[in-house]
Amino acid sequence: MLRAIRQRLDDRANQHVGLLAEFSDPGALVHAVEDLREKGYSQLDTFSPFPIHGMDRAMGLPFSKLGFMVFGGAITGTFLGFLLQWWTSEVDYAINISNKPLFAWETSVPIMFELTILFAALTAVGGMLALNGLPKPYNPLFNSERFSRATDDAFFVHVSVRDGAFSNAATAEDLHGLGALSVEYVDHEGATLVGAAGEPADVEPIPDDAALPAPVVPHHTTGDI
Amino acid sequence: MATVTSKSAYGRMGGDGAPAYPDGAPKTLEDAPLVRGNLSFHDVTEMVAYHTEKKTPTGWFLAFGAALVGMAIFGVAVAFLVWNGPGVWGLTNPVFWGWAIVNFVWWVGIGHAGTLISAVLFLFRQRWRTSINRAAEAMTLFAVACALVFPTFHVGRVWVIYYTLPIPNQMAMWPQFKSPLLWDVFAVSIYGAVSLLFWYVGLIPDLATLRDRAANAGRTLRAQILGFFSLGWTGSNRHWRHYERAYLLLAGLATPLVLSVHSVVSFDFAISLVPGWHTTIFPPYFVAGAIFSGFAMVVTLLVVARKVFDLENLITLDHLEKMNIIILVTGTVVGFAYITEFFIAWYSGVEFEQYAFLNRAAGPYAWAYWSMMACNLIFPQIFWIKRFRRSIPIMFAISITTNIGMWFERFVITVISLHRDFLPSSWDYYSPTIWDVLLYVGTFGLFFTLFLLFLRFVPMVAIAEVKGVMPQADPHFYAHSGDGHGTIGDGGPTHDLAPYQQDAFAQSASPAAGDPERDGVPNPAPTDRPAGGGTEPASPRH
Repeated sequence: MLRAIRQRLDDRANQHVGLLAEFSDPGALVHAVEDLREKGYSQLDTFSPFPIHGMDRAMGLPFSKLGFMVFGGAITGTFLGFLLQWWTSEVDYAINISNKPLFAWETSVPIMFELTILFAALTAVGGMLALNGLPKPYNPLFNSERFSRATDDAFFVHVSVRDGAFSNAATAEDLHGLGALSVEYVDHEGATLVGAAGEPADVEPIPDDAALPAPVVPHHTTGDI
Repeated sequence: MATVTSKSAYGRMGGDGAPAYPDGAPKTLEDAPLVRGNLSFHDVTEMVAYHTEKKTPTGWFLAFGAALVGMAIFGVAVAFLVWNGPGVWGLTNPVFWGWAIVNFVWWVGIGHAGTLISAVLFLFRQRWRTSINRAAEAMTLFAVACALVFPTFHVGRVWVIYYTLPIPNQMAMWPQFKSPLLWDVFAVSIYGAVSLLFWYVGLIPDLATLRDRAANAGRTLRAQILGFFSLGWTGSNRHWRHYERAYLLLAGLATPLVLSVHSVVSFDFAISLVPGWHTTIFPPYFVAGAIFSGFAMVVTLLVVARKVFDLENLITLDHLEKMNIIILVTGTVVGFAYITEFFIAWYSGVEFEQYAFLNRAAGPYAWAYWSMMACNLIFPQIFWIKRFRRSIPIMFAISITTNIGMWFERFVITVISLHRDFLPSSWDYYSPTIWDVLLYVGTFGLFFTLFLLFLRFVPMVAIAEVKGVMPQADPHFYAHSGDGHGTIGDGGPTHDLAPYQQDAFAQSASPAAGDPERDGVPNPAPTDRPAGGGTEPASPRH
């Protein structure tokens, strides 16, 4: 039991150790993922500043289970709303007024409804965070300087070392072959640029005060098309 | 919305009426670009994030100072009220619901536009909402905070406000669950909580953007604070999958919630037996009124904010025009409800009901009634004319009169119905005291204090969502060597929802350059690519 938990935590920590490749745009990213899956990779992840349509299908991700969890939360809320009103007026503090029924479901509907929404919404947010494993303040990917643009305008594919098809040299070659702008090996120690054959690329270490890597040529502008 | 067309305002038409993309310009408001000014993803980040990172401008301090004066008024009004009790207000027999209830309903109604924009328009796939939803949701939260002030202090002994909650207590008593006032407690507080959740979930990716920018700029403390609130967000697609599902579910939950909240607020009146209150039309008519006043408030705030923060390319004139159309529609719905109430009063044959409505139009408060009619039904009709829908001064003026009108609507319903009750000997003329007025003014201080803090510290446009509706966010945009022609007549695979979605390219690609109305925005450099187009690097596809 304890070992299983430890294994799970280790897996979670090491989930993002592997090769991180930058691509120029969402189209190239979807394309790269499709090709990598054809080559047999399964432990893939992509990073983009916004959700990309069609990426779930390209990555072969199943339907999110969140809806079922939220349904459970909603039912719980309805039931609690009913229980609260029924128990307080029928059981705990029953007052007979003109011999009317002690409990009326009609007047209980608004509060049952509101509690349904409240519990469903809390489940939606809590369930989303739980399924995503958030909050996760430490992530080895944060070692990569390039990766800080994943929330701005850069698009990354990540192949985990845990992938059965992973090998440093072959995977790096595959990624370069797909047109990656850069490939980095990222682990808990830091990030190293990797050349086409998987060897550490012969690049000058980036000084701390250097500007960020030159942005990709503006593929992302709307004009001139 | 779908039927609104214009032959001229969106630029040149295609030759025979067919869309002439990419050479022509969109014909209809629906086709107008969502983002103007030829922006890249990075430009959008920069435009929005910059305002939370720059040195605080003097103008902000001036505005914040004014808002703090309002907060001081609020503090004095609340302190005096709590010390002396609600007798300091103008409430007297037979009017025991005065300005406090009017202001409560008014603020809650304003809040509803935020949820409508963020949830209902999301479900209807109105993608233009992305530019305005963040600010509108913030407005919701702050408006609900202002609204809650009034019932909280109206109870008189605010230190026992917890009686309204089902908390076991020393008297072994429970709240009266059959009372609409208690439903209100649940509805409004849950509405506030769910709105906060929805807003925060939307914020997570943008906070991560700010975090990474702060880390790059070497601002460690700022990066740590933002890192705490962004929960370690990386933009992983495995996360986006659950995130988008959660967002959709929250939108689906917030939609019935927002409709229920104002329905419950209207039950406060409609469940009673007072002539003028006891009507079945109240729930839909209150909801329409809430949307009406809320959109007006969004227009008021955004007309100013987009100018001050240079966001005219994200919050375009087209967005404002769409909101003005909603104001026109809901204003007319509300006006229709006023007339229906009169008809039903006459048709019911109930003497008390008939008198209540005649008294509205011709009694001592006729000035309030006709102010309401003018502001809510008549003035917005100016938006039938396109030129006025797209005129900033006119829409600003109408947004102000709308909120005045909606305040008078609640005043008319609350006070006119009460001041001449069933017993003519107790008829009276209600007037507020200075403490009613100061508390109302004070809530503006509270609202603007919170809103200015929001503008200063939080990205006021949903960065990730705006990027998602830009044409270059669509992977198919890059087909055919990334020149953007891939979306038109591209036989390539599309996703399941393609038939239900507006074409991203048609939405906002080419027309920006050819648009005759540039919203008064200086023309940005059209492109930094070398002339001749062919030298650009091809998309790395093979």
